[in-house]
Amino acid sequence: MYGTGILKGMALTFRHMFRKPFTVQYPEEKLPLSERYRGIQFNWSKERCTGCDSCAKACPEGCITVATHPGAEGQRIVDRYEIDLRICLYCGLCVEACPFHAIVMGKNYEMANYDVSKLYLDKEFFLTHFEEWM
Amino acid sequence: MSPWDIIYNFFPYIGGLISGALSSVLPGWAVYVIMALIGIIGILGFAITGNLAMVWAERRIIGRMQVRLGPNRVGPFGLLQPIADAIKVLTKEDIVPRKADKLLHFLGPTAFLIPAVLAWAVVPFADGTILTDLNIGILYMLAVSSLSLIGLFLAGWGSNNKYSLLGSMRTIAQVVSYEIPMVLSILGVVAIVGSLSMVDIVKAQNIPFIVLQPLGFIVYLIAATAELNRSPFDTLEAESEIVAGYFTEYSGMKFAIFYIAEYFNLLLVASIVTTLFLGGWRGPFLPPYIWFVIKIFLLFFFFMWLRGTLPRFRIDQLMALAWKFLLPLALLNIFLTGLGILAWQALGF
Repeated sequence: MYGTGILKGMALTFRHMFRKPFTVQYPEEKLPLSERYRGIQFNWSKERCTGCDSCAKACPEGCITVATHPGAEGQRIVDRYEIDLRICLYCGLCVEACPFHAIVMGKNYEMANYDVSKLYLDKEFFLTHFEEWM
Repeated sequence: MSPWDIIYNFFPYIGGLISGALSSVLPGWAVYVIMALIGIIGILGFAITGNLAMVWAERRIIGRMQVRLGPNRVGPFGLLQPIADAIKVLTKEDIVPRKADKLLHFLGPTAFLIPAVLAWAVVPFADGTILTDLNIGILYMLAVSSLSLIGLFLAGWGSNNKYSLLGSMRTIAQVVSYEIPMVLSILGVVAIVGSLSMVDIVKAQNIPFIVLQPLGFIVYLIAATAELNRSPFDTLEAESEIVAGYFTEYSGMKFAIFYIAEYFNLLLVASIVTTLFLGGWRGPFLPPYIWFVIKIFLLFFFFMWLRGTLPRFRIDQLMALAWKFLLPLALLNIFLTGLGILAWQALGF
């Protein structure tokens, strides 16, 4: 009949009004992340790192800087370990390349910042944030 | 007077008190002017409050119809969102295009708003609560509310923008076409009542005219939706086709004035439909002004519901609906109403 389509549509929108909204109230609620989610949250372990530079070689953007000097027993002592998050693309190749799991990625993705220099993570940053992020 | 009488006739009672107090001090004409000003301020207050409430309710309810939440951050349930919007709009830059006709660009929003405000003079909110009970009330309302077209055309022409001009031209075509079935559908009511006064129309409705005039009600509602340029007849905005139609080049407070005027018109149409077809302020138990607001809100919900449901008409379908469908229906309605009145008189009532 003429006009029944409109009535059907009106009934549909009326029913939808009593549905639970799909909206996720972001800062308060968060969607669950995948187990393999690669967040911005890099975590570097001073004890595990041998300064082998594998991560820096694996990095396609070249955003990891590792500088070492030889220690007393021939081991490398890491002077600088820096990640430039401004150009990092979160591919996780550094994590895969590391033979000792010295660098891992957490699930945090809320690292937006007003100060671009805060996106340059240096050794100090990793050492101070190790406990809180682990 | 019992307290219930005071509540029931609240506004005439307060008005009587004020004018009684004033007339002991001031001459008659001054009291008249002051009372008229108080009435105007009251009506504007009602219209602006209603406007803010409707903007909030529309965003919330349309949101729920689209299975999302709508604004809920500013204040409890997002109730302060319209105020936040108002502050935003007031502090925004007012941009006038370099090649625009500056005078017309400035006059557009004003000429659009003024008729929307003027028509409130004859809206009966309750028994005795009306600014002026003109004996040609409904005619005045129709005449004044069609003036807002001039504002649309000034805005479209003055902006010197192809989208503005296109939007305003097709809106004018649409509104002029829909005015004819709209006016004709009112004639049925006027014929039954035998008066053009809004108060007489309400007082004649021992049963709401929606029962006697279902066809007229439907035609009026569709034509009024088109007149308001609301979805599904919102060809003047038509974001997907012509950017924002006639207010493409407007920003800041001028844009807000268009927005306000649209909601004033919406509130006005809701109150006209209430007065003509739903029995106006009349209803059991509650005070008349409460009934009036309840009926307005129900109609407003219906308009929102339409907006949440129907997609936009194509412009040629829109014109075909007006001329091939609504106009014959409105004429048929007049014919049937005339027959009904004749039969009623022949039966000797």
